[in-house]
Amino acid sequence: MVNYPISFSLDSVSVKRRGKSVLGPLSLDFKVDGFTIVLGPNGAGKTTFLKVLHGVERVSYGTVKWSIPDAKARQSQAYVFQSPIMLRRSVRQNLAYPLQLVGMDRAEITTRVVEWAQKIGLQDVLDFPAPRLSGGEQQKLALGRALIRTPQVLFLDEPCANLDGRSTREIEELLKNATQAGTHIIMTTHDLGQARRLAGRVLFFLNGALHEQGNASEFFIAPSTSEARAFLNGDIIE
Amino acid sequence: MNEIWAGIQEAFWLIIILDSDLIEITVRSLKVSFTALVVASALALPFGTWLAIRRFRYRRVTIAALNALMGLPPVVVGLIVYLLLSRSGPFGVLGLLFTPTAMIVAQVIIITPLIASITHQAMRELWSEYHDLLISLNTSKRQRVAALIWDGRRTLMTAALAGFGRAIGEVGAIMIVGGNIDHATRVLTTAIALETGKGDFALALGLGFVLIALTLVVNLAIHALSRTEREGTW
Amino acid sequence: MIRFIFAVLIVFSTQVQAETMRLAATTSFNNSGLSDVLLPAIRMDTGLDVQLLIVGTGQAIRLGEAGDVDAILVHSKTAEAAFVAAGFGTHRRNIMYNDFVIIGPRSDPAKISEAESAVGAIQLIFEARNSFVSRGDDSGTHKKELALWSAAVLDPRHFGPWYKAVGAGMGASLNSASGLNSYIMADRASWLNFGNKGALELLFSGDPMLFNQYAYIVVNPDRHNHVNIQAARRLEQWLLSARAKSIINNYKINGVALFTFNGSP
Repeated sequence: MVNYPISFSLDSVSVKRRGKSVLGPLSLDFKVDGFTIVLGPNGAGKTTFLKVLHGVERVSYGTVKWSIPDAKARQSQAYVFQSPIMLRRSVRQNLAYPLQLVGMDRAEITTRVVEWAQKIGLQDVLDFPAPRLSGGEQQKLALGRALIRTPQVLFLDEPCANLDGRSTREIEELLKNATQAGTHIIMTTHDLGQARRLAGRVLFFLNGALHEQGNASEFFIAPSTSEARAFLNGDIIE
Repeated sequence: MNEIWAGIQEAFWLIIILDSDLIEITVRSLKVSFTALVVASALALPFGTWLAIRRFRYRRVTIAALNALMGLPPVVVGLIVYLLLSRSGPFGVLGLLFTPTAMIVAQVIIITPLIASITHQAMRELWSEYHDLLISLNTSKRQRVAALIWDGRRTLMTAALAGFGRAIGEVGAIMIVGGNIDHATRVLTTAIALETGKGDFALALGLGFVLIALTLVVNLAIHALSRTEREGTW
Repeated sequence: MIRFIFAVLIVFSTQVQAETMRLAATTSFNNSGLSDVLLPAIRMDTGLDVQLLIVGTGQAIRLGEAGDVDAILVHSKTAEAAFVAAGFGTHRRNIMYNDFVIIGPRSDPAKISEAESAVGAIQLIFEARNSFVSRGDDSGTHKKELALWSAAVLDPRHFGPWYKAVGAGMGASLNSASGLNSYIMADRASWLNFGNKGALELLFSGDPMLFNQYAYIVVNPDRHNHVNIQAARRLEQWLLSARAKSIINNYKINGVALFTFNGSP
């Protein structure tokens, strides 16, 4: 996959729900490159930020523009939701679905499905109904399904929030492989350890606003704002 | 009591020897109600699905109207269809009154709102579950509808079966628009009404047993379907 | 899509129209069992598939007026005359007759079996306020019953709850009378063929006023040009034929002839 620069630009974006401002107003020009972690306490607007970038949620005001034309933008992206959304079908059919949508031919779909099933470690349960998998297995399936079209940008919303240590490690492994294969990742988490392990860049959100951004190493060693410092310290900030 | 007991015995006998009247009436019942089911489903399933995923201004009103139509007394539907299809009525030229077609029309009108309502409910639930994923995958409207209908197929079948159950047990409307003509528009329910009215319980009970059996089969099928839904098989 | 549905509907409906005709006939005609004998003979002799709509005379007349049937077979001379006079039918033809009888509980609390006339019998029922079931459906039988009350200078609209208008056909009404152990006026043929007599018995008959004439009327094609006029006329010819005469006169239950043919071609 060709690795060329992708960027997005938010212009005065704000999202209001039931009259309350959840995100923004936010203006940001950002070049997507490598592994970006979106950090912040609960309710900071991280999930909304991701959904608005991907187009799964509508902005109340402002515009979101990607460097790729809109029609192709969402197609070259993928999203893993905090609670994995399983199609009420087998593991195999879940993996195949995104490929069927773009009209890939049967034989190729079968090959890719088997290949990815092995990558995510679900090759033994290919014909098992997905909704009956365990939480960790479902999240791996969601990830496999997201990566099977080799997206340029992969969004993940707290993918390991409800998982045990082993599943978390497996998922992080898959994510590292994906980055090496050329997929850019934008991921939210409130697990500081995970953030430290994976981040290349950091976007720190607080109360619906982007508070700080920068290189991961700089951010973790010497954050610029006192709130970021407090957050990294493990304090509760409002 | 003796008459009823004698009737029950004769009824079983009619079933065992496959009495020709019994068979003819049963087959006609199945034809009429099954055709009504097919037509009603063709109308109701897409409509219910579309209603679940489309946002438009009169959505709430439409849903309320749909639920109200479900409560339409079947016999009133029969009356209206009769007036429409009578030779002196607007569609009289079609010559449909007192034919099985008129009965199918009446039954379609009666069961379509029911099937549409159940479909809408099920599809709405499924849509809220799949919503974010299907948008994320950049699906077209048609692909979304296809995914919902396929994954919700068991509930849709349940809706169809519910409609069939309602149709096969209906008597008021089809009596009016069909005329209960022997060898032409007489079906299980209208025959039971006729024979009971004449005090001829043997045939009425025989037909009644057949109707009960059919209804049981329908309900067992619904039960089996919801079980496979829960277990995630098929 | 709509066009497709319509096409299917039309195919379905035309399947029924091959050599068939629709006849609206009274419930008493059907409940006597005579139609079960006549229809197969008609099919055999004329090739006609007569679809029988069993309704009360009043409704039969309305079906004829609306053009929803091709001919009617009813038993109320005044209604028939009005039908023809208004141009809905071209002419009426007598086919056969029988008589009405008054049925009641075996114990006969109103003692109508000793009455001298039909009007007298009905008066006794009124005076005893005995349970009485009326057709109440604007049928020929119902009209005859109302004529009896009228001759006795009584108005059923002011009767108490002992007078039960069931709004049903002859068989169903007899069934109700049997269940309620009531008096009821019926045509002899339906009574003889009725299978659920319970404790009821034939208590009064023979008054000339209870004469019951059945007539056949073809619906006027000038009023409704889709009427299957060929078939309706063929049926008329057949109903007036010697074969019909023989079947009708020989239709017996327990050795009793139910109808007498009096058609003249």
